[in-house]
Amino acid sequence: MLYIVIAFLFFSILLYFLLGGADFGAGIIELFTSADNKSRTRKTMYQAMGPIWEANHMWLIIAVVIMFVGFPLIYGAMCTYLHIPLLIMLLGITARGTAFSFRNYDAIKGETTQNFYNHIFVYSSFVTPLFLGIIAGSVVSRQIDIHATTFLSAYIFNWLNWFSVTVGLFTVALSGYLAAVYLIGEADDDNDARRFIRKAWQMNIAAVIFGGFVFFVADLENIQLVHWIFGNPVSLIAVIAASISLALLWLMIYNGKRKIIRIFAAFQVTMVLLSVGYTHFPNLVMVKGGQNLSLLAHHAPETTINDLGLALIIGSFLILPSLFYLYYSFQKKEEII
Amino acid sequence: MNDFIAARSQMAISLGFHIIYSCIGMVMPVFMAVSHYKWIKTGNPVYKNITQAWSKGVAIFFATGAVSGTILSFELGLLWPKFMEHAGPIFGMPFSLEGVAFFIEAIALGFFLYGWNKFNKWFHWCTGIIVGVSGIASGILVVSANSWMNNPSGFDFVNGQYLNIDPIKAMFNGSWFSEALHMTIAAFSATGFAVAGIHALMIYRKRNIVFHTQAFKIAIIFGAVAAIIQPFSGDLSAKNAVKRQPAKLAAMEAYFHTQPYSPIVIGGIPDTASKKVKYGIEIPGLLSFLVNDNFKQEVNGLDKIPTKNQPPIAITHLAFDLMISIGSVMMLVGILYFVALWKKRSWLSKKWFLNLFILSTPFGFIAVEAGWTVTEVGRQPWIIQGIMRTSEAVTPMPGIHYTFYLFTAIYFTLSIAVIFLLSRQIKMVPELYDRKT
Repeated sequence: MLYIVIAFLFFSILLYFLLGGADFGAGIIELFTSADNKSRTRKTMYQAMGPIWEANHMWLIIAVVIMFVGFPLIYGAMCTYLHIPLLIMLLGITARGTAFSFRNYDAIKGETTQNFYNHIFVYSSFVTPLFLGIIAGSVVSRQIDIHATTFLSAYIFNWLNWFSVTVGLFTVALSGYLAAVYLIGEADDDNDARRFIRKAWQMNIAAVIFGGFVFFVADLENIQLVHWIFGNPVSLIAVIAASISLALLWLMIYNGKRKIIRIFAAFQVTMVLLSVGYTHFPNLVMVKGGQNLSLLAHHAPETTINDLGLALIIGSFLILPSLFYLYYSFQKKEEII
Repeated sequence: MNDFIAARSQMAISLGFHIIYSCIGMVMPVFMAVSHYKWIKTGNPVYKNITQAWSKGVAIFFATGAVSGTILSFELGLLWPKFMEHAGPIFGMPFSLEGVAFFIEAIALGFFLYGWNKFNKWFHWCTGIIVGVSGIASGILVVSANSWMNNPSGFDFVNGQYLNIDPIKAMFNGSWFSEALHMTIAAFSATGFAVAGIHALMIYRKRNIVFHTQAFKIAIIFGAVAAIIQPFSGDLSAKNAVKRQPAKLAAMEAYFHTQPYSPIVIGGIPDTASKKVKYGIEIPGLLSFLVNDNFKQEVNGLDKIPTKNQPPIAITHLAFDLMISIGSVMMLVGILYFVALWKKRSWLSKKWFLNLFILSTPFGFIAVEAGWTVTEVGRQPWIIQGIMRTSEAVTPMPGIHYTFYLFTAIYFTLSIAVIFLLSRQIKMVPELYDRKT
């Protein structure tokens, strides 16, 4: 049952990255869209995301619940030492979720108020994945120091460091990329689609650049990133598969495919997470000085894991079919592939 | 402000706001489903308009409730990591199920809000019902987790170790039913009175009278019924507290000295130094009667509890009395509504009658806050009753008072935004719904 719970944990983290990430990405796209096109971008986005965005963010709740029920020690350590970035991420989630909802449910669509919601929405859409990435960057790279003696080394420099921040920026670019690819298939006309293709291209380049930076900074800070990714066959294959599918994705875009490409984009992000996740498994949090917090060692007692696993299995029978039906009902139907 | 007090205050502020958003978020869908049903059955467009108007409120409150709930699920760990390390595996069951219920609610809400004219009308109606049912289920589950903190069970506590954990037993601890029942009824009466109050104000101002009258009626029937039955569930909760949290009950009643014919003290200012209540009205024997069903048998007072294990008495007592007195007023107003409905229909449009409901708008939520204060402050100094002290659970990170100020500011801003948006929705009722009727 422990492995089932772990599978659910990774599954929900992955889906939060993909679906929540694409949501944040839509805000990032809006942030980098010229003023003339903003309102069209918003319209497409609203049509595509309106019904589903709340559900997209539920994956975070599921992941958090699995963490504190199933792996309370790891959750406790993350909450203690990464208090500040988690807090900033929460602020981002709060600001973004409410601004998105408020701008649609403000009965009087005044220019000043709408602009105000838009500003909050786009900036928080940028900040949230940035800090999500920062947190991910610092747990995998031995930045958490449980023996730290000063406030700065215990609570600040474990996340405010070059490696974590570049991972954060990489996450932002990936989110934007996911959203752009998704929106290509939701565009109302060719003009819009072309604009989203251009955005996808820019975000793709940004992701490559920041990805390169991640390797560069890792090398400077003696983080064994190269070894993690190229040192074992599974991670290596994952990275290669991601690269091939990226090439295929662009090929398809230029052949006029607009829907199926989103599967490729999701596949690439999945592979990136897989390659990092696999190399560290079963460790989730790497602590400075060599200690690791492992999912296989630091879990809740057997009975709890069993009950949690059961709840998740039953829950997924309820959630997944209805979620699929929700996505199916509200997507554009004209061109399925 | 020291970090421990700051952490407690931050938690109090977060829960204090979240409880309002979530009560409305779980009860409004039920109102909505009723008027939706009436629309499908009667074809009267007023009901469709009410449903759509309310659904916008639901969307606003759901979004706010969802983010404040996300904040809370993190705050449990951010502020109380030691508590979560030990309690997580024991009382996590209701949280996992709540995660599922909440997810289903979000999916159903997507269908409901965006599904007008898109689906079969009964399917669409059902998605609204699912929003309500899963919202109420979420509420019950979260309260069940809280009840475990009041009545920890489902494990053995041996030498500081938590052994033989049974999450299902922990979830169905002896307090879950009375607490969940009390909270659910409270949510219905508070939301019912608040919604009815706003519509009463609009009737009073003679705006869209047909629309607001029908909306008022749906809301107040739920609110009034809930307010009338609430005292019985309150009695159940108090009897449960006697058994499991005698310190909380004694603090609620500011009952210092164990004695036969145990009295109830109404109001007054408890003075812990002299162990007396100043200016209170004492009714001898009533506490004995409520607890033991006879006037003589003594109830254990605060003198049976070591001082270091006593909750703050003045806050608990005054919050309790506030809750009881408001609850009583709401019950009377509720009864009056049914009297008007069945015997004195002319009252329904009278100014004084409307004024009564306008005045009652915030009552339910004041009572909810007071009741929440009783249960949380009354449990202190424990975070897990009798097992772990709140001070042992707090995060080692310094500087929590800054985050306390930050979150206080956030919650006030959010609430102002919600009020602003709701008032704009209400203001636009004539433009949005009149032409269609």
